[in-house]
Amino acid sequence: MARRAQPISVGLWVGAAAAALILMLTLGTLGAVMHRAGSFSGFGPADWAAIRFTLLQASLSALISVALAIPVARALARRQFPGRGLLITLLGAPFILPVIVAILGLLAVFGRNGLLNIALSWAGIEPVSIYGLQGVLVAHVFFNLPLATRLILQGWLSIPSERFRLAASLNFRADDVNRLLGRPMLRAVVPGALVVIFVICMTSFAVALTLGGGPRSTTVELAIYQAFRFDFDLGHAALLSVVQFGLSALAAVLAAWIAVPGFSGAGLDRPVLRWDARRGWLRALDALWIGLAALFLLLPLGMVVGQGVASLFSLPPQVFGAALRSVLVAVGSACLMLALALPLSVAAVRAGRLFEVIGTLAIAASPLVIGTGLFILLRPVADPVALALPVTALVNAVMSLPFALRALLPALREVEATYGHLADSLGMRGWARLRLLLVPRLRRPIGFSMGLAAALSMGDLGVIALFADPSQATLPLQLYRLMGSYRLDQAAGAALLLLGLSLALFWLFDRGGRVNADA
Amino acid sequence: MLTLEGLVYRSDDFSLSADFAVPPGARVAVIGPSGSGKSTLLDMIAGFLAPVQGRVLWQGNDLTRMPPGDRPISLLFQDNNLFPHLTVAQNVGLGLRPDLRLSADQRAAVGAALARVGLAGYEARKPAALSGGQRSRVALARVLLRARPLMLLDEPFAALGPALRAEMLMLVRELADETGATVLMVTHDPRDARALGDQTVLVAGGLAHPPQPTEALFNDPPPALRAYLG
Repeated sequence: MARRAQPISVGLWVGAAAAALILMLTLGTLGAVMHRAGSFSGFGPADWAAIRFTLLQASLSALISVALAIPVARALARRQFPGRGLLITLLGAPFILPVIVAILGLLAVFGRNGLLNIALSWAGIEPVSIYGLQGVLVAHVFFNLPLATRLILQGWLSIPSERFRLAASLNFRADDVNRLLGRPMLRAVVPGALVVIFVICMTSFAVALTLGGGPRSTTVELAIYQAFRFDFDLGHAALLSVVQFGLSALAAVLAAWIAVPGFSGAGLDRPVLRWDARRGWLRALDALWIGLAALFLLLPLGMVVGQGVASLFSLPPQVFGAALRSVLVAVGSACLMLALALPLSVAAVRAGRLFEVIGTLAIAASPLVIGTGLFILLRPVADPVALALPVTALVNAVMSLPFALRALLPALREVEATYGHLADSLGMRGWARLRLLLVPRLRRPIGFSMGLAAALSMGDLGVIALFADPSQATLPLQLYRLMGSYRLDQAAGAALLLLGLSLALFWLFDRGGRVNADA
Repeated sequence: MLTLEGLVYRSDDFSLSADFAVPPGARVAVIGPSGSGKSTLLDMIAGFLAPVQGRVLWQGNDLTRMPPGDRPISLLFQDNNLFPHLTVAQNVGLGLRPDLRLSADQRAAVGAALARVGLAGYEARKPAALSGGQRSRVALARVLLRARPLMLLDEPFAALGPALRAEMLMLVRELADETGATVLMVTHDPRDARALGDQTVLVAGGLAHPPQPTEALFNDPPPALRAYLG
C-alpha cells in the first residue's frame, strides 16, 4: 500500500469509537462477568457434559450438513430444470428465517404428532422423538444444509467452463469429472464450509433451548441461560461464560486458520454446461437428491404456513403487542448496525484490517455472555429489565455486524478506489463525504445489510430471553411461550406472523436500497 | 512557481526522482513510457502519494504534508471525474463547497461556469445522460470555478476521439489563459503534448527530467524518448 499524505481524519476517530464499543460489548462484558463473579463456583460433571455436547453437536451438524450438501450441490450444478433459480434463491432464505419458526415447522414434521410419526405409526413402527441430540442436529442441518450447498455450488461454478469442455473432448465420464475436477474443488471449499457451520452451531441457543435441554443435551449457551435465569448463580454463569468464550476463541482461530469462503451468491443461477452426466440413472439420482433436499427444506415451512393461516386472525392481543415491539427492535437494531458498520468500514479501508477483525469478532461472540455482562454492568445504574428492548437491539446489531461488513467492505473499497481521489482533491471529508459520496454509492449494500440485520433481530431469541419479563416479550419470545403452554394453533399463527414480518422487513430495506439507485 | 525539491518516491523495486521548477503560467506536457512514473509524479504533486524524501513547494510554501483538497490544485483524471449519482450542477458545485451548501451567488456562479463551457441549461442532468465530451466539459467547468493556480491533468480525454480531444485541449488552454493557471498534463501522445504548448517533462529511467521546450525535444529526441516514440 502506498503511504498517504493525509492526516488522521475524523472518520477514523468515529471508526475507533465504534471499534471500542464493540470491544467493550464482546470483551468488556466478559470482564464484567468475571469480576462480578469473584470466584468461580462449582465446575461439575454437568458442565463437562455441556462442553462435550456443544462440541459434539457442532461437529456433527457441520459434518452432516456438508456431507449432504455435496451430492445436492453436484446435482444442482449439472442440471437445469424449471424452478431451479427459485430453489437456489430459497437456499439463501434460512439465513433470514427466524429460528423459532423453523423449529415449529420441524416439530410439525418430525415432532410427536408430526407427519413422520403419523407415517411410522401406519407402518406399525414405534414413534421417534425429536428432542435431544437428534432434534438439535435436524434443526442445525435444516439451517446449514442450504448454506453448505450454496458454498459448494459456488465452488462448482468457479471452475472455468473450458475445463468441462476439455473433459468432454477427452470423453470423461461423470466419475472422471468428479475425481479430476470436483475433488480438488471440494478439497478447497469443504474445510471452510465445515468451519463456518461449526462456528455457527457452537453459539446456537434457540435450537438447544427448544429441542435440547436436560442433562444429556444442554449446550454451554443453554447452561449459561439456566444458571442465570433459573438459579441466578452469577458465579456459575460467569464460569460458563469463560468456557463459552474459550470455545468461541478456539472456533475463531480455526476460522482464521482455514480460509473461510465468502458467500457472494452472485450468478449462482447459471448452470454448468456438462456433457458427462447424461445417463438416465444419473439423472434419476440427481433428481432424487434435489427432490429430497427441497422436501426437507420446504415441507416444514409449508406446515407453518398451512397451520398458521387458520389462526392468524384469532390471535390473542398480546401477540400483536409483541409483534410491534419486535418490529421496533428490529428497525432500531438495523439502524444501530449501520451506525457501527459504516465508520468501521471507513476505518478498515483507511487504516487497515484491524478494524475489520474487530467487526468480525462478533461471529464468535456469544450473545448470552454479552447479555449477562450487560445485565451486571447496567444493574447499578439502571433497571436492566426496563432496558431489555434497547439492549436486545444493540446486541443484535453487533451480532449482525460480521455479515454487514461482508456486504459493505468490498463495495466501499470499490467506491474509494474509483472516486476516492476525486473526493480527496475536492476536499470532501467527514460528513460531506459520507452524505454526498459513500451513502449514495453504497445504497444497495446498505439496504441489503440493514434488511439482514432487521430480519436477524426480528427472529432473535437470545438476549431477550435473559432479560424480558412477560410484559415486554418480543414476538419470538411470545411464540416460545405459546409453544411452552402447548397452545400450538396460536403458536402457528404467531409463527406465520413472525415469518411474514421478517421477510417483509428484509424485503423493504433491500428494496429501499435498489429503487432509483443510479448506475 | 511550482518547485519539486529533491523529490524521491520509492516502492518495492520502483523509484522516481524529480528535481526541477515550473515557472508560473507554463503549459507542461508530461510524457514517457508506460510504467515510468508519469502518474506517480502527478500523484506526489497532488498529495495522493507521499514522497520518501524531498519537498513540493508552491510559491515557496511547502505543500508536502498538506491534504490533497487543501492544495492550490485542480485535478482532472482519466475518467471518474464526475459522481454519477449527483447532477451536473452538484458536480460542479462541489468545486466551491465540498458539502454542497451553496449560496444563491454560488449557484449563479455554477450556472455561469457551465455556460462558459457550452453547457448552459444542463444543470439538472445526471452524468449518465451526457456524452463523453459533455462530461469532460462539466469537469472543466468545475476546474474553472475552483480557479486554483495549478491544474494537473492525468491523461484526460483519453476516451475521446481525436477531434474531440483537440477541442478539449483547446478549451483547457483557453481556461488556463483566463485564470492564469499553470498546467501539467500527463499524456502518451506527442500530438497532445504539441497541442498543449510550450514545455515537456520526459519521465524515463526513474527520473523526471526538467521541462524542455516541446518542439526542440521532439525534433531531437534523447535515446529514451526515441525508444518510446519508435
